Amino acid sequence: MAGSSEYTGVDFYDVDALLSEEERAVRDTVRQWVDDALMPVIGDCYIEGRFPKQLIPGMAELGLFGANLPEEYGCAGLNNVAYGLIMQELERGDSGIRSFASVQGALVMYPIYAFGSEEQKKHWLPKLASGEEIGCFGLTEPDFGSNPGGMITTARETADGWVLNGTKMWITNGSQATVSIIWAKTGDIDDPKSIRGFIVPTNLPGFTAKDQKGKLSLRASDTSELHLQDVHVPKDALLPESGGLKSPLMCLTQARYGIAWGGVGAAMACFDEARRYAGNRIMFGKPIAATQIQQERLAEMMSEITKAQLLVLQLGRLKDRGTMTPQQVSLAKRNNVNIACECAREARRLLGGNGILIEYHSMRHMANLESVYTYEGTHDMHSLILGQEITGIPAY
Amino acid sequence: MHHNMRIAILLRRVPDTTSKIVIGAGATTIDPTGVKFIPNPYDEYAIEAALALKDAAGEGETVVISFGADAVQETMRTALAMGVDRGVHLQGEPSVDGLANARVLADHLREGGYDLILCGKLAVDDYGQQTGPMIAELLGLPCATAITSLVVENGSARVTREVEGGVENATCGLPALFTCDKGLNTPRLPGLKGIMAAKKKPLEVVPVTTGAAQVTVASLALPPERPAGRIVGEGAAAVPALIEALTSEAKVL
Repeated sequence: MAGSSEYTGVDFYDVDALLSEEERAVRDTVRQWVDDALMPVIGDCYIEGRFPKQLIPGMAELGLFGANLPEEYGCAGLNNVAYGLIMQELERGDSGIRSFASVQGALVMYPIYAFGSEEQKKHWLPKLASGEEIGCFGLTEPDFGSNPGGMITTARETADGWVLNGTKMWITNGSQATVSIIWAKTGDIDDPKSIRGFIVPTNLPGFTAKDQKGKLSLRASDTSELHLQDVHVPKDALLPESGGLKSPLMCLTQARYGIAWGGVGAAMACFDEARRYAGNRIMFGKPIAATQIQQERLAEMMSEITKAQLLVLQLGRLKDRGTMTPQQVSLAKRNNVNIACECAREARRLLGGNGILIEYHSMRHMANLESVYTYEGTHDMHSLILGQEITGIPAY
Repeated sequence: MHHNMRIAILLRRVPDTTSKIVIGAGATTIDPTGVKFIPNPYDEYAIEAALALKDAAGEGETVVISFGADAVQETMRTALAMGVDRGVHLQGEPSVDGLANARVLADHLREGGYDLILCGKLAVDDYGQQTGPMIAELLGLPCATAITSLVVENGSARVTREVEGGVENATCGLPALFTCDKGLNTPRLPGLKGIMAAKKKPLEVVPVTTGAAQVTVASLALPPERPAGRIVGEGAAAVPALIEALTSEAKVL
């Protein structure tokens, strides 16, 4: 803790005053961890295209995984605003690290918590919270991204369990996961209502994962393709309360909620860098911060960040109250990741030639955010979800 | 290893060193508006040292004690979140006179039955460096300042202090008071479960009165603004002018 960070974030509207002491303490602890543990290594990890897995024990010890799930399962039992602040601070460091935590918490621990039996929860949640087990979430397939209901992965019931067959793609943490949540059709291939979730250890015969190569974004995160060929799982691998496409979509709502907060973090990282750089960089005998064009950039960034902060804070209060709708999450994910993309791009431009170097952060965020813009419901899909909400007419 | 120790940690709430400081009306205090407050970083070494001793022994009690207005309770909860067992808030108005403050703290510590009292070597707001040694003096305890290592064994302590050109190793019996320096340890971050647990830990509030101050602040002033930089020329042609400026103006050559 000694020696606090240079990074100060943005708080133009005294949003801090809307947070509880506990929520601020959570935010500050994660911010400090990002400064101490992540920032010194993220540049090299990004260039080398590797996830900093040495940081997993530290993240687990702080309690970052599934932090909004109850203490009885080894989790921190935080409210959803504090959980969101964790995602914000992790993404201030790197979208790939936030993605790791999102997947572990919202896409692996949450479905076990929401759809699992008591035995499954007691067995898996403490191990996932402690980082002893690493999870991944298998929903998307090569030909079924925005339309997951069309999936062709199947689960066929046998005398003693299930047999799974199919291919999943764009799976964060896939190659390092020890356990996966696999979504598959248990009935007719045209029947999305037959989609169920399964807890599938990744060391089972017939289960293979290989990393997708050549990524120009989220380079400090593993993205993998999963192949399941006649993978046999016992009966109790089924998440008993899962049923239909609604179940995985509920998981995505949890993850998108965190992503909306993450967007604020990435945008603040870029703003902070741009503001400092503009003050220090001398051109034509004066700091570039003294030029109207850079001031306009910074004003725009601060405005959008402030709006995004208020959006997710109210969203979090609604979630804690139990009244948050998936459409409200769509609005926040869509808006906040979009403004984060804009902030990152403008920050990179303000940084001039230096902005393309890894020692600065804006271009890394800019490249990462293109993935975040596209995953967990593309920006366009969220437009259509909102369009349907407004007009009552689905246009997809 | 010394068993079942009771360790007191003295914790001060200070402005974050990155905060922009504005001098308040009357020019004798700072304006706290918009300033972020943090635990005094040197006191965090004391917290970590206490927690490490308790962790190693597997038993004992750690108590964080802060003197100040109600706002110190938030800072104390950081210590509780890190793992300290309970807190005592000495509720009152600290003086600028180190001795007056030391008396308040010593009066409380006297009856506490502590084996060890730990605090930072200084608080980064006023750099007084008085509280720890004065408390030790008032309580008649052995004291070592600015320690960078601490081992407790069989009722005595061995400490290391960095002195000019080397290190000094010292030993003393317990109870004792040590002030902690950078290098003693790396303070842990409060974990999320710790943050949740902190609000349930006991935090006793004890109203105190501060004695008369023998020292008062006449005025505070910010350091003068650094003069703007000056470009003496470009490339090799600028070297003579630069050397001239460094020699005759800056007087660094």
